[in-house]
Amino acid sequence: MQNRNHRSQEHYVAPFEETPIASVDRLDDSQKARSTWADAWDAMRRRPSFWISSALIVLILIVAAFPGLFAQVSPTHCLLALSNGGPEAGHPLGFTRQGCDVYSRIIFGAQASVMVGVLATLLVTITGVIIGALAGYYGGFLDTFVSRIGDIFFAIPTVLGAIVLMSVLPERTPATVALVLSIFAWPQIARIMRGAVLSARNSDYVMASTALGVSKFRILIRHVVPNSIAPVIVVATISLGTFIVAEATLSFLGIGLPGSVMSWGNDISQAQTSIRTNPQILLFPSAALSITVLSFLMLGDVVRDALDPAARARR
Amino acid sequence: MLWYTGKRILQMIPVFFGATFLIYFMVFSLPGDPIAALYGDHPPSPQVIETIRAHYNLDKPFIVQYLLYIGGFFQGDLGTTYSGRAVSDVMAAAFPITLRLATLALFFEAVLGVTVGLIAGLRKGKWFDASALVVSLLLISVPTFVIGFVLQFVFGVQLGWARTTVSSEAPYSELILPAIVLASVSFAYIVRLTRASVSDNLNADFVRTATAKGLSRRRVVTVHVLRNSLVPVVTFLGVDLGSLMVGAIVTEGIFNINGVGGTVYRAVKLGEGPTVVSFIAVMVIIFVVANLLVDLLYALLDPRIRYAK
Amino acid sequence: MTLLLNETEGQQVDSSNTPLLQIRNLEVGFRTQRGMVPAVRGVDITLYAGQTLAIVGESGSGKTTTAQSIIDLLPGTGQVTGGQILFEGRDLTKLSPKEIQDVRGRLIGYVPQDPMSNLNPVWNIGFQVEEAIRANNVAQGKDVRLRAIQVLQEAGLSDAADRLKQYPHQFSGGMRQRVLIGIGLSARPKLLIADEPTSALDVTVQRQILDHLGTLTRDYGTSVLFITHDLGLAAERAEQLVVMYKGKVVESGPSQEILANPKHPYTQRLVSAAPSLASRRIQSAKSGSADTAIFGGGSLDATLIERAAEREEAAPTKDLISVQSVSKTYRIRQQGLKYNELRAVDDVSFGIQRGTTTAIVGESGSGKSTVAKMILQLESVTSGRIEFDGQDVAGLKGAELLKFRRRVQPVFQDPYGSLDPQYNVGNTIAEPLLAHRVGTAKERQARVLELLDQVSLPASTRYRYPSELSGGQRQRIAVARALALKPDVLVLDEAVSALDVLVQGQVLNLLTELQSELGLTYLFITHDLAVVRLIADNVCVMKKGKIIEAATTDEVFDAPKQSYTQELLAAIPGGNFEFGRQ
Repeated sequence: MQNRNHRSQEHYVAPFEETPIASVDRLDDSQKARSTWADAWDAMRRRPSFWISSALIVLILIVAAFPGLFAQVSPTHCLLALSNGGPEAGHPLGFTRQGCDVYSRIIFGAQASVMVGVLATLLVTITGVIIGALAGYYGGFLDTFVSRIGDIFFAIPTVLGAIVLMSVLPERTPATVALVLSIFAWPQIARIMRGAVLSARNSDYVMASTALGVSKFRILIRHVVPNSIAPVIVVATISLGTFIVAEATLSFLGIGLPGSVMSWGNDISQAQTSIRTNPQILLFPSAALSITVLSFLMLGDVVRDALDPAARARR
Repeated sequence: MLWYTGKRILQMIPVFFGATFLIYFMVFSLPGDPIAALYGDHPPSPQVIETIRAHYNLDKPFIVQYLLYIGGFFQGDLGTTYSGRAVSDVMAAAFPITLRLATLALFFEAVLGVTVGLIAGLRKGKWFDASALVVSLLLISVPTFVIGFVLQFVFGVQLGWARTTVSSEAPYSELILPAIVLASVSFAYIVRLTRASVSDNLNADFVRTATAKGLSRRRVVTVHVLRNSLVPVVTFLGVDLGSLMVGAIVTEGIFNINGVGGTVYRAVKLGEGPTVVSFIAVMVIIFVVANLLVDLLYALLDPRIRYAK
Repeated sequence: MTLLLNETEGQQVDSSNTPLLQIRNLEVGFRTQRGMVPAVRGVDITLYAGQTLAIVGESGSGKTTTAQSIIDLLPGTGQVTGGQILFEGRDLTKLSPKEIQDVRGRLIGYVPQDPMSNLNPVWNIGFQVEEAIRANNVAQGKDVRLRAIQVLQEAGLSDAADRLKQYPHQFSGGMRQRVLIGIGLSARPKLLIADEPTSALDVTVQRQILDHLGTLTRDYGTSVLFITHDLGLAAERAEQLVVMYKGKVVESGPSQEILANPKHPYTQRLVSAAPSLASRRIQSAKSGSADTAIFGGGSLDATLIERAAEREEAAPTKDLISVQSVSKTYRIRQQGLKYNELRAVDDVSFGIQRGTTTAIVGESGSGKSTVAKMILQLESVTSGRIEFDGQDVAGLKGAELLKFRRRVQPVFQDPYGSLDPQYNVGNTIAEPLLAHRVGTAKERQARVLELLDQVSLPASTRYRYPSELSGGQRQRIAVARALALKPDVLVLDEAVSALDVLVQGQVLNLLTELQSELGLTYLFITHDLAVVRLIADNVCVMKKGKIIEAATTDEVFDAPKQSYTQELLAAIPGGNFEFGRQ
């Protein structure tokens, strides 16, 4: 290459004290060891939304488990005389159309609603993770078969399928509602898990472990699953919220929990007719439900941001 | 592209049969008398029961039952309602109304959702973004029927800007409020999705190259960032159709719209199992076909899919 | 043609003293959770019209950040915190967004590094070229398309008119890079910033493209600011050199002089370790050429030359690994029900003797990695035979396979992918011991410490996680893991290709030491022939699945028989130092 320009520049060397060079690739001993989970935890605990949503969730779970601690008035103690009454001492949120205490119905109603959400999420996550992991890892016929089955269930939108199934079921309990919902919702988690497993399966550390002589099954359990579980956790957290909404929708349509079971969905549904006269009895249980769902969604978002590798790189 | 289309159609067929079979199976093969189960406490007149029994061929082997059932579908025979009307007639009358409602809702959620998501993604961390996030979270947390009641109350009763129930002809103007209700949850998801997509694409290498070429910021955002961010949104729309259908049941119920959803709503409330099953079976078929169309649209938007094996 | 800008008129030989680009005390930082982190800390660079200047540095040196800040291509979190960037006298850091947009493309062009991710996958090539032409007012209306065709032709693409309708994923890497170069030069800018424009490409393609780029910029009179990590490449292609380290300039000046006389300790290290320069030094030392000095001096050289002499005297022994007529065919599903057969490895035969290092060198698609995977029994052999210590490895299963694996262990290319991010270092290294049920927990612990020591990492490393370590450290851990079971053979698949130059040198040193200490046999897969010179006793050159030349390293470098081998040798950067030699 010819020297096209006549301006040749001098040879400049930076002063050595200003540009000290470190030894090549030295390990920085000063920092504490941190796994990816510890790293994610660290990122999460800095966010106020994490603390707010976690606190709310813990509170709601306690309320669902021990409603008696929070409400002294019995929710089934209803006097028609008090129908649609406003708030008074000992009854901060007033009375329903049947004269039941709104506040205590909300407290006691938490149990059914939350139970449906938690149960459905557990069922969906366990089935989805197992099926998705096996299909993605072992591939072949198992994968094709499972994927087709998943496609078929996926083709029926969750609540639509639930409507059909609930219409023919003789018995309706929170457990049955949860089961019915999870029957149609498992393909989503299975797909996510399968996708994550597929990409983990092709990673170099799996190849390295195989070449080192680690058994195929052990690689699945020890390497592939832990590295694939992150997106599932995010979706499961968010799904918990959407399951609670789904139960409310089914109850609103009259094929969710039977009227005898206290739940937010039922209360909202029964309050329909009073919307013009006494909107509070519809709005309060709605608010309770929304706050619950909101906290799960918020937590899901925070967890996703904490586990997202791209966001982690930017930290 | 032709090959891709053919492959997709081929994949759709087992899903179509599988899903309809599953519905049929759920209804008719659980222990007990399916007719009693379907009708619960409100059995119709004995003549209607006879028609239904014959229609569902309950004396034949199960597989034959299903095949006859599906065969009937293809011939337009979807069963009979409680009052003796043919389901296909009811469907034919109701479908256009729901189509209008769905189109409006799709328009709102897609156009507004993408716009809000785009602005939020461009201004990540600023107040618009934060409020968009909060609003979208709220919309997902509040069940559609609650949104429906509240808006119906506020805009229909208190402010009187809209009708609280929709007339039987259901023109577009009356469907605006219901469409907003129907679109609200999907709108929220689309805002979140677009926002994340835009924010990712803003840091993409090809966006940097586009900027380096000397293109105006506006062009870089619309032609490169937005265009590439649309792809996941389109995929989402396909899946979201399912929740739109559920939402239609609720929304049409609240606003008393005589669409497909409203019919299902009333049928569920009245305990009319067979109508519910037939309608939902049709909805599932629509869902499967719509997803096929979305897949094709996706291939149009992303040339890598078109040309892949 | 009237379509072209009057480039020759615009580029008068600059007789004035004003540099085209003058960067003064530039400071650039990135906003992170921990505050503003400086990436460029007071950098001065001067470039005159018609000159080519290369900025050389390893990762983290700030070279890319400096280049990107010239036309404000920094990611959202980056910003210029101090200093000036004077282009034709105007301070670019003070321009409004509209003004900088005008400068981009028209006055200053940019060619990015990775051709795949830098083209928008959803628009066709013609669209992306034409929008650059329109944006910089190079042509209007119907002329835009004609100009686009011209741009692609000048960039070296045949059938330019047809190519306009194609999509980026339908092009090869080299073709995509040509498109990007064409786009960068389409408005005949005064300055072209080329950010590692060929690092992602095969070595022979690299050379063609860089030659072409050189011709174009010479014809148009464009100044070029070249970013690279390869010192040999920089010296070959640029008259002026700027060496950056940790955000500062440590040395700058005429390339030839910096190579001959590096003053700063960092530059000296780079010169010593750069494989391209080191390999050329060894070659010229052996051939007794007087030009050795232009490749600088290095500390490794004496050892390597000694080793080369030793090899020539060693007596041949029986092959530890024998590959006999091995082929590998893949069946790939095409559209319709047809299958395409891909012969990744075609009738390959070679032998590896105990205690030696055999390198397989080739470009992408040559099949070299597939051969390695077959030897490791990670891929099945379609036909042929692989023998290890006399035993056929193809049919091994169960306990026999486990025994084989103990003796042949891998180290892979990607230091960021080959360690499970959820496992700490200690568990990663102990995993093979666990899988083969070696020793008690305590014994395994002791072995882990022993291995960490062997790869020169402190004992405390065992509690750390891969995400906290650098590429070189991770790769050393991968080596430690591979040595856990005291294998006979290490298969190193591009094990140093992803590392920075100095770190690469360190790892190569380590490998050489370990080999003599532990009596290991190495199979070294690489695309970099220069690295082969530094480490290998024997070389097999592969192209499209076949071995086209196999001999000792000395023979291949001294007297390459095949034209492809000669091309590969010639493509090693640093082969064309013509300038300034009196």
